[in-house]
Amino acid sequence: MDFIRYLDPTVQFMLFSAVKIVLVFAVAMTGVAYAVLVERKVSAWIQDRVGPNRAAPFFVHYLPVVGPFLTKLGIFQPMADGLKFILKEDFTPSYVRKIYFWIAPAISCVPALMTLAVIPFGSTLGNANNPMVIADLNVGILYTFGIVSLGVYGIVLAGYASNSKYPFLGGIRSSAQMISYEIAMGMSVVSVFLVVGDLNLSKVVAYQSGGIHEWLIFKQPLAFFIFLVSAFAETNRLPFDLPESETELVGGYHTEYSSMKFALFFLGEYAAMIGASAMMVTLFLGGWTPIWGGAPASSLLVGLSHIVWFLAKLGFFMVLFIWVRWMLPRFRYDQLMNLGWRRFIPLALVNIIITAGLIALTHK
Amino acid sequence: MQSQLSQYLPVLMFLMVTIGFAVGTLAFSVIAGKVGRRTRTKDIPYECGMVPEGPGNARLSVKFFLVALLFVLFDIEVVFMYPWAVTYKELLAKHFASVVGGMLSFMGILFVGYLYALKKKAFDWKS
Repeated sequence: MDFIRYLDPTVQFMLFSAVKIVLVFAVAMTGVAYAVLVERKVSAWIQDRVGPNRAAPFFVHYLPVVGPFLTKLGIFQPMADGLKFILKEDFTPSYVRKIYFWIAPAISCVPALMTLAVIPFGSTLGNANNPMVIADLNVGILYTFGIVSLGVYGIVLAGYASNSKYPFLGGIRSSAQMISYEIAMGMSVVSVFLVVGDLNLSKVVAYQSGGIHEWLIFKQPLAFFIFLVSAFAETNRLPFDLPESETELVGGYHTEYSSMKFALFFLGEYAAMIGASAMMVTLFLGGWTPIWGGAPASSLLVGLSHIVWFLAKLGFFMVLFIWVRWMLPRFRYDQLMNLGWRRFIPLALVNIIITAGLIALTHK
Repeated sequence: MQSQLSQYLPVLMFLMVTIGFAVGTLAFSVIAGKVGRRTRTKDIPYECGMVPEGPGNARLSVKFFLVALLFVLFDIEVVFMYPWAVTYKELLAKHFASVVGGMLSFMGILFVGYLYALKKKAFDWKS
């Protein structure tokens, strides 16, 4: 690895960025695939069923003990699902608006993944010039909110392009829901930035690096609560999954989709969950810092442990997302809008004013 | 490598990777997917097995339009709050009156607007 040192700094920077991008992308994709599996397994446990326990490639059968055990856990299920998605017929009905019908799945999956670009998923791997974040933007959170807003387009376009009633209703509902909760979400983080005084997410993590007592979840519990609930609404998860509520709208905005186009919506939803969880970990749970706190790593091993800490916190939120889905019933639409506009927006405003007041009183 | 623009280079690279992935999977499923027959029943909008009635995009409540307008209004408000929140601590010592009073009056005016929308039943989805 010595030759890297002699390269031009620009080339070096590009090279490290490319490696980080490939790693984040691979981990996110695996995360999505196995989040689906965990979702199915957890729902099975909660509902006293078995869950996926059959799918496995033929050679696993020959492994003693380990093979059947892994099959029972459903480890190979995501691969089977992926294969099946690809091999299914990619049907484009003749009544749809073709161009939008084709680009909608891509538009719903790309922004969901793009939010991961500014999340600091670790400190360093020993070299302080190479932080473990794809793009350390000084406007961090503004970028995230800008990209998250784009996610609405995919769903609205899917609903509009399908030219069918259920997707249309799902798309319209979804757009109103997502933009409503985006305001509450945006307002809840204002109080976080009043405390931290920077939009850069690495700085936010650095502010919380003193240990668990410095985490913003304890300094801004109300902001965390609003952000958490809004994240459920933004990612269209139960209790706010009205866009695709299967008992009334069949499948909502992706009713008319099949094969890989449907898979991209599915992938987008889970990637959005990962993105929202990563945001919550970074903003409120101290990002990659261990519970007892810690400075950026000076050795490879410590750096890797920071990434593990980040992934563990991320996993906690993913399980929370899944757990809540199988525990709570769906909100009615007027209740949903009521909660967003009448409760959360005033609450977030009051939180901002109280935070600003407290800072003004205690500030020298 | 710390100039403003070069920070966004990795974002661009990541964007290309994700778009490449999305386009690639869509294309791959067309190539690898089963090619089925296009029958008449398969080619009608899904309405739980019934013959579809009327146009696909039905009329929708004007409430959705109202929500979109209010969103633009309040989202701009939030965007104004970000720079204020970031510089709040620094400016507190020197410009206490303007940094606190300014934002309080701004929020006050917008809150009046919010109360007006509330009074006009813009958030009332029961009716």
